[in-house]
Amino acid sequence: MLYSAEKLSEEKVFKDPVHRYIHVRDRVIWDLVGTKEFQRLRRIKQLGTTFLTFHGAEHSRFNHSLGVYEIVRRIIDDVFAGRPEWNDDDRLLTLCAALLHDLGHGPFSHSFEKVFDFDHEDFTQNIVLGNTEVNAVLKKVSPNFPQQVAEVIAKTSAKKLVVSLISSQIDADRMDYLQRDAYFTGVSYGQFDMERILRVMRPQEDQVVIKKSGMHAVEDYIMSRYQMYWQVYFHPVSRSAEVILTKILHRAKQLYENNYSFKNEPLHFYTFFTDKVTLEDYLKLDESIILYYFQIWQEEDDDILSDLCRRFVNRNLFKYAEFDPAKEYKKLAELTRLFEKAGIDPEYYLVVDSSSDLPYDFYRPGEEEERLPIHLLMKSGELKELSRESEIVDAISGKRRTDHKLYYPGDFLQDESSETDIKRQIRTLLEI
Amino acid sequence: MTVLLKDHAKLMQAVLVSGEIIGRKKLQKMIYIAKKVSFPFHERFQFHFYGPYSEELTLRVEELCNMGFLNEIKEKKGGYFQYRYTLTDTGKEFLSLNEVEMPFLQDCLEDMNEQNARFLELVSTVLYFDNLSKEEVTDKVFTLKSSQRYTEEEIDQAYAYIAALKAKLN
Repeated sequence: MLYSAEKLSEEKVFKDPVHRYIHVRDRVIWDLVGTKEFQRLRRIKQLGTTFLTFHGAEHSRFNHSLGVYEIVRRIIDDVFAGRPEWNDDDRLLTLCAALLHDLGHGPFSHSFEKVFDFDHEDFTQNIVLGNTEVNAVLKKVSPNFPQQVAEVIAKTSAKKLVVSLISSQIDADRMDYLQRDAYFTGVSYGQFDMERILRVMRPQEDQVVIKKSGMHAVEDYIMSRYQMYWQVYFHPVSRSAEVILTKILHRAKQLYENNYSFKNEPLHFYTFFTDKVTLEDYLKLDESIILYYFQIWQEEDDDILSDLCRRFVNRNLFKYAEFDPAKEYKKLAELTRLFEKAGIDPEYYLVVDSSSDLPYDFYRPGEEEERLPIHLLMKSGELKELSRESEIVDAISGKRRTDHKLYYPGDFLQDESSETDIKRQIRTLLEI
Repeated sequence: MTVLLKDHAKLMQAVLVSGEIIGRKKLQKMIYIAKKVSFPFHERFQFHFYGPYSEELTLRVEELCNMGFLNEIKEKKGGYFQYRYTLTDTGKEFLSLNEVEMPFLQDCLEDMNEQNARFLELVSTVLYFDNLSKEEVTDKVFTLKSSQRYTEEEIDQAYAYIAALKAKLN
């Protein structure tokens, strides 16, 4: 029997708090789950630093990847199977791409990518196409299969329907992470009727569309996405932890470039510092390694690095104030000057953080073909963009909401043992 | 000034030197192309249905509009909406205080601004696949952009255009 068609003698199931069960029958999927590159995802949290705000948010990219696979499996097997627009030859390709779509994520990847200027998507490609266990499994299907999977994940595959199942404005990725993140953070915003949405999804030549009768379920999904963005993903306390994490990495890199002598050599970071990261180095890195360094860097002689690490490890985060860049950029310049005068390096301790700095997005109607919107399939067969039919979605997607915050170390500014007058001036400017 | 505001300032500089940018799609492609030919824009792009697209750039532009640094005019054109972007006086004042050094940017962006969005979409797609051979890129354009019906001549023009842009930087 062909490896691609091989089924397990008994179906395997994973218990899952969001989808109840994740069903695996295909040998290829089971083998992929067992690879070391996929198992590595157990050691990378889905929500990075959010656990410092919502203590339940300890779930991993492993859980999420299985969840995306399960949603896609249900769509294909329960809804699309037998429909003329769906080619069942694409089933395995779609399932593999769903399972592996986040494979290149690293520990705290958002901060890491920002500081060391790389894209985890490139590592996903390298893992799928390189000398890895994942690649070996995929190659057993056919020599060209890893390339096909890589192209679907990169969204550069000609199979646009397959791509849209995994990555579009209503895809399995978002449907899983919204529900999963809501479950683990404990908030109630992420709820929507996924079963209903799956039932009204219809395959078309180059995209998944939604039957008009399912519009209200999709409205709920869009609302959930909106609420999760503001209540969880952009929570100001999580952002504070993210700011500190980013600054730790910046500081460590800066010290390395200045030939600082670390008490314990940061071996795992050297290739990141020198921009020569290999796939092997990358795969070795997980959150436990990063947190180990944060632990030992608390003892470093460099005051900034040790202070920032203590803050992260002990959750002594930066305070924040609302910040309007248009009205307050002159104030920021003055604050920068005062911070310098007080001996508090503003590069590390006065940080503006804004909504565009996040890897999450809102629903976009794609008015100028910037990206494909959600299309409703009308009874006549015509397609209509969601926000043109739904007042609720129109209200959310038409209204721009952005946000900026200014982060600073509250404890430093309250400490009156030195530079008392300057710190008072700073506190007055910050209105604290 | 913090890094974050520097990234905003770079976009403002791009709009300033372009004068006016008509169309969100055009703005997206111009910044992508500029980034690919080595201008230091940090917005992350991914390949979407219509080519390279950056949600980060979209959000940053929205922020600049909300701040009052960018002026956005929405106008109806046929069956869809089109957006025009210019820098406001407040934006100009901000930029004058927070100078951004990007030599040759004006020359490159003015040139791109004179091209139409369809051609810039092709140029950005060619650049997205710059790790592939020209033959493979042509194949990608024909399969991924089949609805745009690009011709081989247009693909040649896109390559020539990229070479000309890069020459401006030397």
